[in-house]
Amino acid sequence: MGKIKLLQGNEACAEGALYAGCTFFAGYPITPSTEVAEYLARRLPLIRGVFLQMEDEIAAMAAVIGGSLAGQKALTATSGPGFSLKQENIGFAALTEIPCVIVNVMRGGPSTGVPTGPGQSDIMQCRWGTHGDHPAICLTPAYVQEVFSETVRAFNLSEKYRTPVIIAFDEIVGHMRERIEIPEPGVLPVVNRRKPECSFEEYLPYDDREGDVPPMANFFEGYRYHVTGLNHGPDGFPVNASPRIHTDELRLMRKVEANRKDIIRFEEFLTKDADVIVFAYGVSGRSGKTAVEMARAEGIKAGLFRPLTIWPFPEDEVGALSSRVKGIVVPELSLGQIIFEVERCAKGRTRVEGIYRVDGDPITPAQILEKIKEVR
Amino acid sequence: MAFDYDRYIRGGKLPHIWCPGCTYGIVFKSLLRAVDALKIPKNDIAMVSGIGCASRLPGYVDFNTLHTAHGRALPFATGLKMAKPDKHVMVVSGDGDATAIGGNHFIHACRRNIDITVLVFNNFIYGMTGGQYSPTTPSGHIATTMPYGNIDPSFNIPELAKGAGATWVGRGTAYHAAALDKLIIGAIEHKGLSVLEIINACPTTHGRRNKFRSPTDMLLWMKDTALPLSAFEKLPPEKTAGKFPTGVLFKKEAPEYCETYYGMVDRVRKPAEGRG
Repeated sequence: MGKIKLLQGNEACAEGALYAGCTFFAGYPITPSTEVAEYLARRLPLIRGVFLQMEDEIAAMAAVIGGSLAGQKALTATSGPGFSLKQENIGFAALTEIPCVIVNVMRGGPSTGVPTGPGQSDIMQCRWGTHGDHPAICLTPAYVQEVFSETVRAFNLSEKYRTPVIIAFDEIVGHMRERIEIPEPGVLPVVNRRKPECSFEEYLPYDDREGDVPPMANFFEGYRYHVTGLNHGPDGFPVNASPRIHTDELRLMRKVEANRKDIIRFEEFLTKDADVIVFAYGVSGRSGKTAVEMARAEGIKAGLFRPLTIWPFPEDEVGALSSRVKGIVVPELSLGQIIFEVERCAKGRTRVEGIYRVDGDPITPAQILEKIKEVR
Repeated sequence: MAFDYDRYIRGGKLPHIWCPGCTYGIVFKSLLRAVDALKIPKNDIAMVSGIGCASRLPGYVDFNTLHTAHGRALPFATGLKMAKPDKHVMVVSGDGDATAIGGNHFIHACRRNIDITVLVFNNFIYGMTGGQYSPTTPSGHIATTMPYGNIDPSFNIPELAKGAGATWVGRGTAYHAAALDKLIIGAIEHKGLSVLEIINACPTTHGRRNKFRSPTDMLLWMKDTALPLSAFEKLPPEKTAGKFPTGVLFKKEAPEYCETYYGMVDRVRKPAEGRG
């Protein structure tokens, strides 16, 4: 039995990071994610970890990458405007393959928007926010317990695949308090980056000969190598106009694409015999579950598909569902973003209907139930 | 005996990208001599840069090297230094990289007084992109984006660093290479944030558009306008126009950021450890 606590999602995220071995946080104050920073400002010094409040969001992302390159597991947390500012350096971490975890507690609106309200309208930015082609892993927990466990998983995936991992949850999940159990150390797996076994002279930081994820040497450990945001060869040095750029970018994408089974996680609730599926994540997934229960109570065969990994998108699963149901309902706190992915995977085999809301309140189970009845 | 630069240069990575007449090669060699004089193990040095001509330097040297995004070298370096406070972290930056796009990081790194050595290669122009005006382009100079003469007032980098809280501030030039060795040594040895502005020349995108007929003319300009601080201070104000002081311009003792941080860590951990 682990420790039982009453925590809000943001605090559970910080606890999850500590459980995963995070010893480095850099951030910048922003609503509604600030509690992640505040919690770690208290806790990290107690374990000789580093807590930095940087001069801006860009600097926070940069410091996190620096900390990780020096061997620490590093985290930053932000929200919409800050997430926009971090994008360039997220791309840097993706291309240079430096593990790090970015929390985006989603609020509403473009620009300053609705800082204190929930949103799910950054979800495409989580996939495509930084410029250029790049792999993306994004996790979408909906319960405080899940924020904890998915944060642990985010660090594990980041270390395993040497890539930035984003955790995106909305303000409601971030601020909601729920009972959670923090397991004893060792109960949840904790993954550490694979280090080189060869000598410094033989080390190639981006060697692709033995798999898509090369071992990573930390700085100051005797492997003096070059890290650059320019496209680079196996030795880490820039290459220009070379077929290598194409093959290496394919490798970066393959790290995620070829490991979908390992990365994609979801909850299926009463989907086996369902005529109508609610596809929803985060707080909308919670409303979706209640809506499904309400529908079942009325004898309507509804089910819930709730992704915990939104990127890479669960294409096969949504594709399979769409070939056997009458409709898929997609509630989201945006004016329609993730529905495009659902439609892409459904390929016209079923009816796909969205429910959108951006007024600072969550979508209610009643709203979803109404739509379930409409498409059934 | 001639200095053996090869011990510090990565095999096969030269020739460098810098244009003929560029003074960065002079500074590059000075930097290697300074590191060698201090006998710092290569494994213990991280050299971090942003974007621009100067920022390509780390690729050539046999240290832990990190070539980051435009203007962002200092926060990356801050992450490295905080994670490994016993290691040497150096930043190579340019006038645009450090004081335009990276200006916010520059002043805050100075304010924290974290033990990082910042070398700002000031060539008064955005060279890599072809000669646009920077925050240090002199008034009236021609740049591709100031075709009628620069109307922007310019930054004085040492004054900016000092004002922001840097505890070691110096200025050298590519012309005064022997003196530059000593300045770089002093900057690295200082415990705290040190900023060394190094006056450089970009004949290709700055000089030739501004009446410098050759790279040599630009070096001679440095020779004629740079004055050691002690000499500069003795001149009446009317005679300092167009001149600039060199050497260690400012130095003070102040708590270093990593020491302060880990001091706090020790302080807050003690009660917890006492309880067992």
